[in-house]
Amino acid sequence: MKNAIEIKGLTKDYKDIRAVDNLDLEIREGELFALLGVNGAGKTTTIKMLCCITSPTSGDAVLLGKRIASEPEEVKKIIAVSPQETAVAANLTVVENLELMCGVHGFDKAKTAEKTREMIETFDLAQIRNKKAGKLSGGWQRRLSIAMALISEPRILFLDEPTLGLDVIARSELWDTIRLLKEKITIILTTHYMEEAEELSDRIGVMKGGHLLAVGTAAELKKLTGEEKFENAFVKLVKDTGKGGAR
Amino acid sequence: MRGMLAFAKRNTKEILRDPLTLGFGIGFPVILLLLLSLIQSNIPVQMFELNHLTPGITVFGLSFITLFSALNISKDRTSSLLTRLYTTPLSATDFMFGYMLPLIPMCIAQSAICYIVALIIGMNFSINIIWAILMNLIPSMLYIALGLLCGSSLTDKQVGGICGALLTNVSAWISGIWFEIDNLGKGFKAVANVLPFIHAVELERAVVAGNLANSLSHLWWVLGYVVVIMALAIFVFLRQMKRQ
Repeated sequence: MKNAIEIKGLTKDYKDIRAVDNLDLEIREGELFALLGVNGAGKTTTIKMLCCITSPTSGDAVLLGKRIASEPEEVKKIIAVSPQETAVAANLTVVENLELMCGVHGFDKAKTAEKTREMIETFDLAQIRNKKAGKLSGGWQRRLSIAMALISEPRILFLDEPTLGLDVIARSELWDTIRLLKEKITIILTTHYMEEAEELSDRIGVMKGGHLLAVGTAAELKKLTGEEKFENAFVKLVKDTGKGGAR
Repeated sequence: MRGMLAFAKRNTKEILRDPLTLGFGIGFPVILLLLLSLIQSNIPVQMFELNHLTPGITVFGLSFITLFSALNISKDRTSSLLTRLYTTPLSATDFMFGYMLPLIPMCIAQSAICYIVALIIGMNFSINIIWAILMNLIPSMLYIALGLLCGSSLTDKQVGGICGALLTNVSAWISGIWFEIDNLGKGFKAVANVLPFIHAVELERAVVAGNLANSLSHLWWVLGYVVVIMALAIFVFLRQMKRQ
């Protein structure tokens, strides 16, 4: 399978802190790849660099043939992000939020109407279509947030902690939504929830202190650490493994 | 272009759907106009004559436009929406115009409503009023630039203090709208004359009076501030965008 993302030596320094250190990683097209790590591991900084929000200090990444360092405008045409906090325009209705995203991507009136209708159907938003986004529950806002990311037909989707703060039911519903997207597009997911990574991901990368400690399927990581539960495998990797762990 | 217009449309809705916007942006200047005119009808004061008062009120009303604009931008900066939009094909120019363009019709509407109310309560109509509404675009650019500057550099709480309290008060008290600036003493007068607010008010008054010669000196003064504040606002906006 072709690689959707090829990261080589990606590094980010903030003053005297190295947030991401010489990251090398390949993510395959259609794969759902989870980035795990404790706070400050470098997950969000990595995502920000891949989305061209933050420039790398050194290194580069190629997203479907487009380089983040030299072709950020081209990269932005093929990606979409659902950020950590719910990123919706609070005073706009659900439909208006979707139309906003169509507009900023330069869609004409006909395509805007078609894509808005499609997202409302796919994400089951009909009952709340005319409600202001700021008045929605956390679960609905996250669902809208993902619909807003997908409306531009991205080939790579970044989901930064998509289920943070959601109740069990809302999380389960969002998992169903994410499952629907699997294999259609490449998804990079960051999360603090071990069961989420294990349940949804094809492969998992574990980060600590800006380094990638290990990459593999949940089963491979459990085997690598000799643990039965994935959560224990993660804890063992983060606690015991230094830089340059098993790949 | 389409992206910028979509973003501008969103900003228009965000601002207009806040009830405080209509309350303070339109209601407050109109209430001041009515109140001071009522005082004038009982105790005649030259400062409160409609031809003298209304141009000042239209300029004072613009300080609320700065507040709304700065609040909108600063709130966006602290929310993830801007992070999301930074990953779209929108350019820095799209963002800046998207924030500023919706405010222009709002400024014109605010100014026009003040003059319409003034005409209803007794101001004599002259074509100069139309010119005054159009000329108000120059002070509007100053207040819009201040909104971009404050919104790009301050948090929403700081915006409330600096734009909501400081700017509206400076714009109100040392711009010669309600009383002669000479009454404040030499020090305040000197400060007021260095700042653009009194010049914006005098510019409007000169246009309403049809005094072209007098308007020009104030026009250059305000225009100078527009250029400097706008350049600074663009610089600060781009810097915060890069930091994001």
